[in-house]
Amino acid sequence: MFGATLLLAMRQIRRHLLRSSLTTIGIIIGVAAVITMVTLGKGLTAQIQKQIASLGSDVLIAFPQETDQNRQPRPFKQDDVIAVRQQLAGVRSVAGEVNQNVQAFHNGQNWSSKVEGVSDAFMDARGIGMDQGRRFTPAEEEAGANVCIIGPKVLQEIFVAGISPLGEQVRLNDVSCTVIGVFASRAQGGNNQDDDNSVFMPLKNVQRRFTGADTIGYIVISYDPAYSSATIQQSLIDLLRERHHLQSGQPNDFNIIDSAALNDTVSSVVARLTMAVAAIAGISLLVGGVGIMNIMLVSVTERTREIGIRLAIGALAREVRLQFLTEAVVLCCFGGLIGIFLALGISFGLAKAIDVPFIFDPFVNALSFVFSAMMGIIFGYYPARRASRLDPIEALRHE
Amino acid sequence: MTGESLIELEGITKTYGQGTAAFQALKGVDLSIAQGEFAAIMGASGSGKSTMMNILGCLDTPTSGTYRFKGVEVQAMSKDQRSLLRRRYLGFVFQGFNLLARTSALENVELPLLYRGEQKALRREAAMKALDLVGLGPWADHTPAELSGGQQQRVAIARALVTEPEVLLADEPTGNLDSERSIEIMELLSQLNRDGISILLVTHEAEMAAYAGTIVYFRDGLIERFERGHRNGARVTA
Ligand SMILES: Nc1ncnc2c1ncn2[C@@H]1O[C@H](COP(=O)(O)OP(=O)(O)OP(=O)(O)O)[C@@H](O)[C@H]1O
Ligand SMILES: [Mg+2]
Repeated sequence: MFGATLLLAMRQIRRHLLRSSLTTIGIIIGVAAVITMVTLGKGLTAQIQKQIASLGSDVLIAFPQETDQNRQPRPFKQDDVIAVRQQLAGVRSVAGEVNQNVQAFHNGQNWSSKVEGVSDAFMDARGIGMDQGRRFTPAEEEAGANVCIIGPKVLQEIFVAGISPLGEQVRLNDVSCTVIGVFASRAQGGNNQDDDNSVFMPLKNVQRRFTGADTIGYIVISYDPAYSSATIQQSLIDLLRERHHLQSGQPNDFNIIDSAALNDTVSSVVARLTMAVAAIAGISLLVGGVGIMNIMLVSVTERTREIGIRLAIGALAREVRLQFLTEAVVLCCFGGLIGIFLALGISFGLAKAIDVPFIFDPFVNALSFVFSAMMGIIFGYYPARRASRLDPIEALRHE
Repeated sequence: MTGESLIELEGITKTYGQGTAAFQALKGVDLSIAQGEFAAIMGASGSGKSTMMNILGCLDTPTSGTYRFKGVEVQAMSKDQRSLLRRRYLGFVFQGFNLLARTSALENVELPLLYRGEQKALRREAAMKALDLVGLGPWADHTPAELSGGQQQRVAIARALVTEPEVLLADEPTGNLDSERSIEIMELLSQLNRDGISILLVTHEAEMAAYAGTIVYFRDGLIERFERGHRNGARVTA
């Protein structure tokens, strides 16, 4: 019986193919919009998480921050780095960084890049690996030697492909240095290419020859995961406040980012944003449902005679109701299915276009499908009930 | 073969419309049909024959009066209960055929079996048999639009017969047929009646009514007279 009802529904839909297709467009767009939004949201979250992960895990980053308009924030110095290293329990490695945009010259090529003043400890703290060559020696750091470790992007842009750059000279603005290594790519998912377009030099050298000051941009601290992030952060705040001679009541003139907490915050913000946008997209699904209801009502009116015949022959009210309900649900399921395929295409294309990973989530797809079927039940119920309540004789007389 | 009462009507009235537009199509009909009877209803156009048949077929409810089918009061039944009764006991041939459009003759004939929950293979077989019985086997795949009026009428008859009902109600089943076909159908109905099916038939033609054991004459919503013990094949052979 149910098989026959299903078959009948399919036939009815095929009989009015154009009308059926037009009607399902609402559902198709609704389902496609919801799935696309959720899929892109997932991709975005994954990408942000990856980027945050590239900060390194169990890492705190402290940087100066203005407290009010008139006063410049007090910048960090190498003394602060040393104080953290010596006085803070649970610290694994700590390093300062300062950077400046430069033009890099090599082999007659000119390339816009960035010089970063760093140390061996910096590479430990940020978890940066090496592709070729070696890292800075303590002697080089102490002396501020003219040696550099280039990023993979710089290597690709101005060095000869396939030939080792080690020992080559590269000029940054008017400072020449010898390439001693190439660091491993920090880019995640092809995105933060900026991090790879960089040249590392000993911190002292950058301060002396580029920035001309003994200040540093930020301090990066990697800590023992046995210590809680909150404990480390509190002792770091206490230490930095003391060093900056801040009275109680004065706000911090620095800010601390915790990679784990940042990850949680950003992920939850993106998740909520995704939900909000998906909910708005869901409204179009609702509109689609109303369209289904409308066309089912038209269909019931058109087929009044058919309903009369079925009732006269012995169909029960619930059998007529089931027939029309099945039709609405089948219509919505088709819409849902097409919507899923459409969403697959659109979200794949959009993910490519805005450069986030495409993550197929079977749960969201299944849920949307079930939801569109439910639309069929909800919006098909009233027309189906109307059909089932017809009086057989009056229905038969209908022209 | 005829015996206990199948259908009992007492003071059946039917009023269409309301207020000044009200029209009383049946004005108090008393009628009793026995199990196995073959009754013909005759009367002028507009005398209330179809109205009567719709009530007898449990499709419509009387405005007042009592209708007992196998001793059960029908007017007290719900719509679904009447559907179940029709499904189980009745076969109905409508005056206007009432076939499903754009649906093959075979599927039209299968429909009552579908609602009886029969399996597909069985439905096919029984429907084919019923179509063969009315001489429409070769037209099984045609839709009503592709059939002549007479052919459509025969599909409607096949649909009423396919469930092998206990009672067959036919509202002018030969109205669109030539006399040769009409006689064929009447012979078929007589045969079915001899096999035990009770038949109620509306007709305009005395020639057709002659097949029945009882003739009920209608006039202006009332029974004018009966003719019982009529010359009837069933009676003669019984
Ligand atoms: N739905 C209706 N609304 C109002 N009046 C109706 C309705 N159906 C039938 N009538 C009236 O009831 C009367 C009896 O109609 P009915 O169809 O029973 O006649 P009939 O005897 O079957 O006639 P025919 O031989 O032409 O088929 C007619 O006068 C008709 O106008
Ligand atoms: Mg009539």
